[in-house]
Amino acid sequence: MVPRVGSVDDRNKVERSIQEKKSLWGIHTAYLPGRIKPVSIPVPGSLSHAQIGLGAGILGGKYSLNPSTTTESEKAAAMNLIRKSTEGVGSPLSRKSTTTKPECEKKNDEAAMMADIAKLNTMSIRFNKFKNLLDMPVIDLEQLRKLSWSGVPDEIRSTVWKLLMGYLPSSADRRDATLSRKRKEYEEYVSQSFGRGKAGIDASLYHQIHIDIQRTHANIPLYQHPRIQEALERVLYCWAIRHPASGYVQGINDLVTPFFHVFLSSYVKGDVETTDVDAIPAGWLTEVEADCFWCLTKLLDGIQDNYTHAQPGIQRQIARLKELTNRIDARLYTHLQSQGVEFIQFAFRWMNCLLMRELSLKNTIRMWDSYQAEGPDGFSDFHLYVCAAFLVKFSDAIKKMEFQEMIMFLQSLPTQKWDEKDIELLLSEAYMWKSLFHNSPSHLGGVS
Amino acid sequence: MATSKSASYDYLIKLLLIGDSGVGKSCLLLRFSDDSFTPSFITTIGIDFKIRTIELDGKRIKLQIWDTAGQERFRTITTAYYRGAMGILLTYDVTDERSFNNIRNWIRNIEQHASEGVNKILVGNKCDMLEKKVISKEQGQALADEFKIKFLETSAKSNIGVEEAFFTLARDIKKRLIDTASEKPEKPSGVTVNPEPANRQAGCCGK
Repeated sequence: MVPRVGSVDDRNKVERSIQEKKSLWGIHTAYLPGRIKPVSIPVPGSLSHAQIGLGAGILGGKYSLNPSTTTESEKAAAMNLIRKSTEGVGSPLSRKSTTTKPECEKKNDEAAMMADIAKLNTMSIRFNKFKNLLDMPVIDLEQLRKLSWSGVPDEIRSTVWKLLMGYLPSSADRRDATLSRKRKEYEEYVSQSFGRGKAGIDASLYHQIHIDIQRTHANIPLYQHPRIQEALERVLYCWAIRHPASGYVQGINDLVTPFFHVFLSSYVKGDVETTDVDAIPAGWLTEVEADCFWCLTKLLDGIQDNYTHAQPGIQRQIARLKELTNRIDARLYTHLQSQGVEFIQFAFRWMNCLLMRELSLKNTIRMWDSYQAEGPDGFSDFHLYVCAAFLVKFSDAIKKMEFQEMIMFLQSLPTQKWDEKDIELLLSEAYMWKSLFHNSPSHLGGVS
Repeated sequence: MATSKSASYDYLIKLLLIGDSGVGKSCLLLRFSDDSFTPSFITTIGIDFKIRTIELDGKRIKLQIWDTAGQERFRTITTAYYRGAMGILLTYDVTDERSFNNIRNWIRNIEQHASEGVNKILVGNKCDMLEKKVISKEQGQALADEFKIKFLETSAKSNIGVEEAFFTLARDIKKRLIDTASEKPEKPSGVTVNPEPANRQAGCCGK
């Protein structure tokens, strides 16, 4: 699986390319907005996480990663390096070998191939690290978080998410019992709610959920199937009647889908979005449904005041975003103010739906790897910094616009075509803003 | 808000769409602004915004239309937009009795939060769904009469009555602005007084 590259020449090449990539971090920071204040951007002093990963596979695993020595700033730096190292690189498999190419193109091809190999190595090493962690009798959640921050491999995401959300116990011998108890408990909730037919149902609540599920990811075939829609309706309904302080709020229908997607993916072969729903055994779907319910519950526990009366959590987040934007990009902030654009006009949805309306489901899932890795405040505090990084990304475009154009632009940002690299850059930028501003009341005017 | 760059219009009119969740507010707006319809619409969260410039009696009128989320929980956010609205489209779904009964609540909301004298129109959407229809045209008209507002049945899907709804409301607002302006000794900036009566198409309700 892992390509072997062994010649001395190759090694030199790899080392050279690592050195080049290392210097890219320095260059890159010069482009980051908000360098108006004399802040020191963290620069890794030694080989960072990603570099070690890149080098290790190729150099025969000579270096081993010691996560405890990987500083937080290096993590952010690593994110950028990963992006840079994979930028503009096509897959070697799709590349046709032509012998008539000029010398310079051949070199480019080789470099691209090297980068791809490095990427594969990184992936394989990362995967094994996850595997080793997950195989332990008691999983070190701290390590799992560190590892997950930079993305969780698809194959094991379902398990990792359940662990990170605190749904699966870290101790292996308790896992099966916990799962079956929780799934049974959910089954009881369902029969309590729906067992008496229409008579026992809050019609208005059910109606709201029903019309929203019809409109959830309408472009993805999976979510158009009645079986899936009914499962999601039950999850939302059961959650809502157990949380009367907020009840069901539009947007929560979006939030259940990343869980559903990831959990169902671990059962079916191929792309879950187009899977043959009728072929899914009922037992599988019941398990996925129950797991979704519990993980959604955990998620919403952390951000419940986003959805209670007058949505104070969102109001607070928007006030902080405003403050933060002013700190990071004062010119953008002034422009928004001068045009009379209120943050609530565009950021309300960013908070209410955790940017899910702005990003594809796949990108959201990648983003949630990091959100969950951030710990209990990932979906609130860290999300705030992601929103700030997100807004500042469009600073140049926005500053050229006036009110009306701006509102419409902000309502349908050109982000649907974003790929994983874009998301990882966004996350790393958010990470940087958070390390600079979080818990710095003087920076945030005491609102944090 | 209008700056010199986009001032190629005589009036700027701000409209607001309100009504229960799922009655088709966003679809009405999409039909009116982009002349398109998609059955796979997503729920509106908070507020949305679209524009269209129309011509009325030789005047260019820019309509700035705010679309709101229908769910109760978003009321705090959405009522903030009532104040600036010059006209409001009160929307229900002719296949959903609950949404029709709730119109009274929406009117109460307008009374509480909107500017006095704001123009209103009652809109019964999804009138193409004859087999599912539970609110008759007469019921809609009776409710509108009770509140002394105009009424139209529409279908964003089949493009019935949508233009008329927005145009009727815009025309009423224009009329009100002119009337108000005529009573004042000075012209308010940005509003051109048109001495010609603007009522020649009154009552065009696609009936």
